[in-house]
Formats: sequence, C-alpha cells, structure tokens
Amino acid sequence: MSKIGWLRLAVIVIAVGLLELACRTGLIDHRVVIPPSEMAAALVRLLISGQANDQIARTFGIVVTAVLIAVIGGFSLGVTIHALPRVRHALDPFFATYYAVPIFIFYPVMIAIFGLSAIPIVLMGVATAIVAMIIATLNGLDRVPRVLTKVARLHRMGRIATALRLKLPAAAPHLFTGVKLAVSYGFIAVIASEFILAPSGLGRVISDAYTDFNNQRMYALMLLLIVVATVVNMVLHVFDQRWAERRGIGKP
Amino acid sequence: MIAAKRAADTLIVLAAILVAWQILHQAVGSTALPAPVPTLTYLAEFVPSARFAENAWATLVTFFWALILSYALGLAIGVWMGVHRLSGAVGEPILISLYTLPKITLYPVVLLIFGLSMPGRVTFGAMHGVLPVALLTMNAIRNIPPVYLKAARTLHLSEWQTIVTVLFPATLPEVVAGLRIGFTLSLLGVLLAEMFASEHGLGSLIINAMQLLQNEEMITVAVVLFLFAALANSLLLWIEHRLHRRV
Repeated sequence: MSKIGWLRLAVIVIAVGLLELACRTGLIDHRVVIPPSEMAAALVRLLISGQANDQIARTFGIVVTAVLIAVIGGFSLGVTIHALPRVRHALDPFFATYYAVPIFIFYPVMIAIFGLSAIPIVLMGVATAIVAMIIATLNGLDRVPRVLTKVARLHRMGRIATALRLKLPAAAPHLFTGVKLAVSYGFIAVIASEFILAPSGLGRVISDAYTDFNNQRMYALMLLLIVVATVVNMVLHVFDQRWAERRGIGKP
Repeated sequence: MIAAKRAADTLIVLAAILVAWQILHQAVGSTALPAPVPTLTYLAEFVPSARFAENAWATLVTFFWALILSYALGLAIGVWMGVHRLSGAVGEPILISLYTLPKITLYPVVLLIFGLSMPGRVTFGAMHGVLPVALLTMNAIRNIPPVYLKAARTLHLSEWQTIVTVLFPATLPEVVAGLRIGFTLSLLGVLLAEMFASEHGLGSLIINAMQLLQNEEMITVAVVLFLFAALANSLLLWIEHRLHRRV
C-alpha cells in the first residue's frame, strides 16, 4: 500500500478510535451512540443467531432485481433512443432534470397504486437507477470512434457483427460507469423506500429498532449496510477507474 | 426554427406523459390514481390554501438552513482539500464512499441526537448536500491550469489579487455545478427527513395524505415539488452554462 493509503487508513482508524473513546468515557451518551466495538459484536451475534437473515436476503434480493431490470432495460432503451435522434432531442431536457427532482416523493403514489408490497420498492429502485444507465449508454454510443465504423465497412462486416465486435467493446467503459451508478442509486432507493414505509426488509427492521429503542440491533444492521455499500461501491469504483484508464478516458 | 421544433417535440413528450397518466388511471381505478384533470383542478384549489402555505413554508425554512449549512461546510472542506494536496489525496476516496452511502440509514442517529426537531432535519439535509459541493470544489481548484498561476506570478500579483482575479473566476463554473447538485440533494434530504418522522412540511403532508387515502392531495404535493425542483435546476443550469461560455 502507498504512503497515502496508509495515511487514509490511519485517519479512519483514529476516527473510529475517537468515537469508541468518547462512548466509553461517557462523553457520548450510551443511549445515543453505542461504541463501534459493541456495534460489531452485536452484528456478529445477530448474523450467527440468524434472526435477521430473512430480512437481509429479502432486501438484497430486491436490490439485485431492481438493478438487473434497470441495467438491462436502461441499455435496451439507450440503444433504441440512440437510433432515433428526434426522440432523443425531445427527451434531452427530461434527462437533464431527472436527477434534480426528488423522484422519491412519488413512492407514496406507487404504494397507492400497487399496494404495500415489494413491487413499489422494486419500481423505486428501477426508476432511480434506469436513467443513469440510459444516459451512460447514450454517452458510450456517442463516443464510438467513427474510424471503427469505417473499419467495419472495409471488412464488409454485417450490422450485428459490427455492433458486437466493435461498438460494444468501444462503448464498454461508459456502460460500466452506468452499471456502477445503477448499483449505487438502486441500493439507496431500495433502502430509503423500506425505511419510509414497507412490510419488511432491512430498512424496516432498522426503523423498527429505532422506534423500540433497540440500539444494539439498530447499530448492528446500520454497520452491515454501511460495510456492504462501501465494499461494493469501492470494488466497482476500482474496476471503473482501471477500465477507463485502459481505454484512455480516465484521469491521468 | 430548429429550437422551435425541438420545443414542440418536448411538448409532445409532456402530452404523452399526461396520456399515460390517464391510461394508468383507467387501468387501476380512481381511488388508487386520480385522473390528471381532477388532480390539476385540486392543485389550483389547494395551493392557495393556508394549510399548504404553512407546510410549504416549514419545508422552505428547513431547506434554506440545510442549504446554507451544506454550502458553508462543503466550500470550506472543498477549498481546504483542493489547496492542501495531501489532505485531498487522503480524503477524496473517503468522501466518495460517504457520497454513495444510503444516508437514510444514519437518520435514526441524527434523530437520537437532535430529537424530532428542525435542527435534526436541517442536519440530515446538509448531510446530503455537503459532499457534492466539497468534491466538485476540490476538483475545480485542482484543475486550475498551472499556467494561470505562473501568469499571476509574472504579473507580481499579491496573494489576495491572485485569489480574486485568477482563482475565483477560474473555479467558478465547476463550483456552481457543485452548488447545483448540493441544492438538489439537500432538498431530497429534507424531504426524506420530513417523510420519515415529522409533523411539519410537505414531506409529512405527502405521507399523511397517503395514510388518509387522499390521493389527489398526495399527487398535488408531489407535482408541486417536482416543478419547484425542475425550475430551480434549470435556472442554476442556465447560470452554469453562461459561466462556462465566459471562461
């Protein structure tokens, strides 16, 4: 690890250590925040007891479903819209403002239509993630170098062969950026939906634990979510950077 | 001519959205999703009412303080991490992972600290807005072409003159982009906080309307917030484009 990496680790360790110290000495009330070591211990106990396994499986299942739909649907829509320039120009202002609008305010509308089940949550995940994938697909297809289409014509390649062997690999780094955003947006939307109102799931369990003053369980599951989100996003980020560098679009 | 044609196409898309709304209404029934026309009539009646004004004002005040807090903190962190390279290199990945975290999981902690109060909602809103402001400000400072600074030195500008005449204008467009995203996310944070646990504000109005099966009111509030966010974003985007063209 580089010097900067070690420094970063030190900063994180010191921050967690200070929190632990503040909790242990009573500077932070035990009813507000429990020491990080207790959070970790509570999480291990909870995972071994298997009490929350159903909820964990349910939430991650919903995240995976929503992200898969968003990635496949977003890619297909992106390819279609790219082929129809007029539709694209008409939609451009909507894409530009989409993420400026808190689309989350439509979650209660979804519940009113589909009832209190997993469907509105999946839909919120898809709605939040899919536009990032569409925009990434459009970007990727825009940046396929024109010389590649000429090469395809020189070799008398068919449309499908050109799409699969030239355009797809050339657009791949942008598509991966779309996947990365879809994962992180989908995850956030699913957890937030479960938090506000849901029959079950991790977000619901955390919000119930908060209502019951069950800090052990609340902080244990919070820690789980933070660790999973951080690890998944970091892995995707590293791949994204590497891929972008190889294609020459990354930061130097 | 081309602009007019594009505007027409965008209007066609808007019309298509209204048609889709009507079709969905026919399919699921009017209790679940009221039709567009009655909802818009309701909107015209509801928006001037005192109850709407009260809640909109509560949201606006909370949002204002959340915005001030996230801009002040975000700019301070961004400038510090942009000027001090080592802090930037150490801190950037930490900020990025905080950015991608579902911050709603941390809302109970905020509630345990502040209770069900406005400072809690302000803090939660600012938690969303501060990170994009900090990250984009930091990048803006890092991306200043070194030749600008050399020119400033050649002209024997004082430190203050360098900041005012070189650094500030050079970083402005990207900083404004950060402020725009910070605006959006602070608003989202404030609304989430109101939706989860609050008696005041438009977020709580939506949740109450849903529980009382007053779907017209629910959609009305959602549409108003949608328009507010879209208009504010367009305005900030317009400023950003003008700044980019000037530089």
